[in-house]
Amino acid sequence: MKMLINVAETVVTDALRGMAAAHPELVVDAENRVIVRRDAPVAEKVALVSGGGSGHEPLHGGFVGPGMLDAACPGEVFTSPVPDQMVRAAAAVDSGHGVLFLVKNYTGDVLNFQMAAELAEDEGVQVASVLIDDDVAVTDSTFTAGRRGTGATLFVEKIAGAAAEEGMPLERVEALARQVVASSRSFGVALSACTTPAKGSPTFDLPPGELELGVGIHGEPGRERRAMMTSHEIADFAVDAILEDLDPKLPVLVLVNGMGATPLLELYGFNAEVRRVLDERGVAVARTLVGNYVTSLDMAGCSVTLCQVDGELLRLWDAPVQTAGLRWGR
Amino acid sequence: MLDAAFFVRWMTAAAAVIDREADRLTELDSPIGDADHGRNMQRGFAAVVKVLETEPPATPGAVLIAAGRQLISSVGGASGPLYGTLLRRAGKTLGEAPQVSVEELRAALAAGVTAVGQLGGSAPGDKTMLDALTPGVAALSASFDAAATASEEGALATVPMQARKGRASYLGERSIGHQDPGATSSALLFAALAEVAK
Repeated sequence: MKMLINVAETVVTDALRGMAAAHPELVVDAENRVIVRRDAPVAEKVALVSGGGSGHEPLHGGFVGPGMLDAACPGEVFTSPVPDQMVRAAAAVDSGHGVLFLVKNYTGDVLNFQMAAELAEDEGVQVASVLIDDDVAVTDSTFTAGRRGTGATLFVEKIAGAAAEEGMPLERVEALARQVVASSRSFGVALSACTTPAKGSPTFDLPPGELELGVGIHGEPGRERRAMMTSHEIADFAVDAILEDLDPKLPVLVLVNGMGATPLLELYGFNAEVRRVLDERGVAVARTLVGNYVTSLDMAGCSVTLCQVDGELLRLWDAPVQTAGLRWGR
Repeated sequence: MLDAAFFVRWMTAAAAVIDREADRLTELDSPIGDADHGRNMQRGFAAVVKVLETEPPATPGAVLIAAGRQLISSVGGASGPLYGTLLRRAGKTLGEAPQVSVEELRAALAAGVTAVGQLGGSAPGDKTMLDALTPGVAALSASFDAAATASEEGALATVPMQARKGRASYLGERSIGHQDPGATSSALLFAALAEVAK
């Protein structure tokens, strides 16, 4: 497998050095693995910190900036960051109005952020945490670790980020983040496995004529394997899986997200099918975002996320944002 | 009786065996996880050896606490907090005694295993590291070799299990037929313990 890297051990650090070179509006600490918006801590503002394994770019570092995150902590590839990174990030961005940790529901992320919250509070930082678990491919039961957090992370970070930027207090920003989580559902499809730099070969074996339905974002296999389907059939399957669990009475935000190796030509084509299914099911679409936002290295495939929005959530979604991976309105 | 030097030798041996087995741990993690367990544990234990070499703690408890703290700070993922908690809780249970008996070590590890179960919300049979740790600790009353054997058998026994915790749980029935990488690395800790006790 050919990769544009030096050695696997320095992949994350090298990427951070490159990110620093490309984005002077960010303070990128490549050694300690913390990305902070340059004007932090912003006075009178709740600070938002997220993080997770690397390999999902632009998530999370690409979403640091005005209107979204104050800081992000990238872990090793597909491995959650360590508490030291999160504590360092929280200390760098706290203006005294509290820090909100946005945590994807993966055991490693949950445990490390939990430890970090305790350590940060010992240092006098007020911390709240919101768990993101939007993936309908996993049945939420006491016998699993719960649903995975995937595409909805972008909606949560954007909307909570806008609320914080407006000066809303920690309790309100946290409540809005929870509302977005409760209103969002995702479903992912893989056309190929991804290749982690450490392993150097695909993480699972997916024959050319087959696809995985219900995948997460860590190269783990999904809930079911089938013979390859058309974009039309995949959209029916994915949207119906979401609508089994979410009955939108309000318009939805749509995220058609690429996993890293699927071109926009295919993603836009898939979005046309997603819109067709939503029209057929009588679901109104408020806004649509198509692109590679919550990726899985070089995996081919996509995910769909729907988020039901009221007037306030939609207003916050439309609010200006200026980050490396998402920017509009300024 | 076991002194601080014994515990440093244990952690050093654990780092060496994990280093040797890192590729196998990553292979095991590949079909049901995300293919990084070996690399993460290797990085963590290398950091443990470094900190024990530069600032050798004076008591068995302090060795385990320092090792656990280092794992939390360097491994990431679920393994970092879980292994870190195992060693830290065991170290705290040993207290400040300059030497401890095997029975005291067993009781301390048992407390560590309980803490791991609480943190991960898991129990034996969920296809996690507990499936190797629990029988390993139980067999420690007999001998170090018995603990190594029991934990190894515990790791092998995870093959037919369906994962109910951690990333493998998302696969449901498809996790059946694969040995759990966390249980495997836990068995390696007991293998290292048996090795240094010889």
